[in-house]
Amino acid sequence: MLRALLLILSVVAIAHAELCKPDAQNAFKVRISIKTALGDNAYAWDANEEYLFKAMVAFAMRRYSSKSTTQISNVLLCNVTDRVSFWFVVTDSSKNVTTVPGSVVEAAIRMNRNRINSAFLLSDKTLQFLKITSTLSPPVEPSTPVWLIVFGVVLCLIVAGIVFLIVSGIQKHKKKNKESTERENLEEKVEVTVTLENGLPCEVLDLKAGHINGVFPADDERFTSL
Amino acid sequence: MEKSRPLWDNPLQFVFACISYAVGLGNVWRFPYLCQMYGGGGFLIPYLIMLIAEGMPLLYLELAVGQRMRQGSIGAWKMISPYLCGVGVASVVVSFFLSMYYNVINAWAFWYLFHSFQDPLPWATCPLNSNRTGYEEECERTSSTQYFWYRQTLNISPSLEASGSVQWEQALCLTLAWLVVYLCILRGTASTGKVVYVTASLPYCVLIIYLIRGLTLHGAVNGLFYMFTPKLEQLLNPKAWISAATQIFFSLGLGFGSLIAFASYNEPSNNCERHAIIVSLINSTTSIFASIVTFSIYGFKATFNYESCINKVILLLLNAFDLEEGSLTADNLSEKKDYLMATYPQEYAQLAPQIKNCSLEAELDTAVQGTGLAFIVYSEAIKNMEVPQLYSVLYFFMLLMLGIGSMLGNTAAILTPLTDSRAIGARFPKEVISGVVCFINCVIGLIFTMEAGNYWFDIFNDYAATLSLLLIVLVETIAVCYIYGIRRFEKDLYTMIGRKPNWYWKIMWAFVSPLLIISLFIFYLTDYILTGTLQYQAWDATQGQLVTKDYPGYALAVIGLLVAASTMCIPLGALMTFIRKRLKRERVSTVA
Repeated sequence: MLRALLLILSVVAIAHAELCKPDAQNAFKVRISIKTALGDNAYAWDANEEYLFKAMVAFAMRRYSSKSTTQISNVLLCNVTDRVSFWFVVTDSSKNVTTVPGSVVEAAIRMNRNRINSAFLLSDKTLQFLKITSTLSPPVEPSTPVWLIVFGVVLCLIVAGIVFLIVSGIQKHKKKNKESTERENLEEKVEVTVTLENGLPCEVLDLKAGHINGVFPADDERFTSL
Repeated sequence: MEKSRPLWDNPLQFVFACISYAVGLGNVWRFPYLCQMYGGGGFLIPYLIMLIAEGMPLLYLELAVGQRMRQGSIGAWKMISPYLCGVGVASVVVSFFLSMYYNVINAWAFWYLFHSFQDPLPWATCPLNSNRTGYEEECERTSSTQYFWYRQTLNISPSLEASGSVQWEQALCLTLAWLVVYLCILRGTASTGKVVYVTASLPYCVLIIYLIRGLTLHGAVNGLFYMFTPKLEQLLNPKAWISAATQIFFSLGLGFGSLIAFASYNEPSNNCERHAIIVSLINSTTSIFASIVTFSIYGFKATFNYESCINKVILLLLNAFDLEEGSLTADNLSEKKDYLMATYPQEYAQLAPQIKNCSLEAELDTAVQGTGLAFIVYSEAIKNMEVPQLYSVLYFFMLLMLGIGSMLGNTAAILTPLTDSRAIGARFPKEVISGVVCFINCVIGLIFTMEAGNYWFDIFNDYAATLSLLLIVLVETIAVCYIYGIRRFEKDLYTMIGRKPNWYWKIMWAFVSPLLIISLFIFYLTDYILTGTLQYQAWDATQGQLVTKDYPGYALAVIGLLVAASTMCIPLGALMTFIRKRLKRERVSTVA
């Protein structure tokens, strides 16, 4: 009885060893960088963490397909290194000694990547599944690009400044024109009051050494002195 | 009634206008490059010698001519001798070419400024590819900052021949840049005089903030030590002296007519000798100051890249050999590499091509100038700082102030002769003339917003102004010293500032500066002739780096046209005046 049990166990162990080895079919390599992610708060990778990992993979498989009956014992880990990196494979409990196809495992892990990451306090970069590419989250893009908004504000300010300067310039120009036309009118009036005698202005006549006719009274004698 | 010439409100406005014009992008992006290439701290020796031999005398000459003649460049040179009207026209043509392409830089600065109000900065990370499994290919091959510059800003085409379409985003920014310039020059000196207070002083505030931030960055000291250790053997390289002379010459903006235009709005008794010395000293000091900031930024960026490279190598080795995390550090990396090479020779040999030799000197040695430095290197450094949005906004605002300050000078050089002339200046108000000039420049500038626009920009940047300016300034100096006469010029200066120029100025004007310019001119001509075909750097998207290509025939024709358009004005102007005088003499003789 005992011998039979031993035989079965050893067969299972050998089978498991066959299923989980580097570059085996449907096996995935995982690389974990705890120190990079957590620095001083880094935890050590030991058997308990491995147990959690197996649990998370089983959880992912169950969540992905409701028909799935994956147990923790179905997830096999091997070749754990100091890095920390290891290979894992998921066996099918219904069919003996076979592994779940890689595509199914990949889809399951992809779907639950966030949950797996947060269980270990890691991110996509520090918990790497080497054959499973992660979908990068797109950056947040507002509906109108930010630069257009700033551009619009600056443009409005500049155009307002230009319009203000041009309008005030035109107003100043008009005022100056009005002033200069007023002054010109004044000069014309002054010119009109310049008296002309035979086509010659009076100042010129004075200069021509004319004689003052004594018959006509001088200006200041028109007014009788008091 | 004679319209009195508009004046600056006070001499300080004039000094600020000159500083704002002279201190431009060249101080920030050209001088640090030259310093790095030609011997670090030792480059200051030829630089200061050229400042004294060439910079100050020529600056004083232009300011004095402008202040004495009280006209723009065309009128001023016509008054010195009627045969020299071509010199003024050449200055206006060169200024026109410059204003066409220079404002595109302001458009780029606006673009980066508007994009700085996001978190994270758009050039900090690569965009995702279409199925969101990784980053864009082109961005993976190069860095995210280079991708943002070449693809998202310029959307550059692979060569000059593939023109592509006008990029509407860049066209919008260019229009905005021209509107800003129009706003500043709208009222002539009344508006320009107020704007230069801001454009001259703000860059210094930002530079001081950056100096403090730069010096406190991790790794900045590496940059400063590396760049400033003088390599005195470079002083024997003639290229160092030629570069120093060229840098002083172009940095002060001589020959464009802007300085003459600014000085023409001065009171006749303004002390332009003192102002010339002040402006040239401030210009050179700013260059040195800006290079301290740039080198500390270089040091930070180089140290950051070096440490990233080391970390990548460590990760590669850890993953390949499944070693424990933390067993490889930067200090024990080389010993561990030897150990691994000895114990696992085959696997190590397989990895060997991927393991890069990280070197801090190689990172520091990458010398960059021009738009590459301003927009790629700086934005890369900024994205790694804390609160990058703040530093980004400050930096691009400073670039904008520097660029607009120089644009004010350029447009003044074009507008002053136009408003002084009787044909145009008397008929239209200056708002209309400024508007038309800005509009024409904006429309032509749309060429530089096409996909191949950056290649045309490089053509204009390298060839539109270099040879022509040397010739213009040479003719100016010879005209003032030998045609106008240095004694007559002395007397004019005595009437203006009450003091005759001493022997230093006279010797520089009459002998040293013309000789220097002639030697620069000969050097450039021989350089162009010896290199044969001219080449340019094109961006190859498939490789993610710049490749060298030859200019096509029509591009060479455009280059020739640019140089000829301005240089031919000088002899043509003299010829036309000669013909006109001949005709007048014949007419007078036939009448008499």
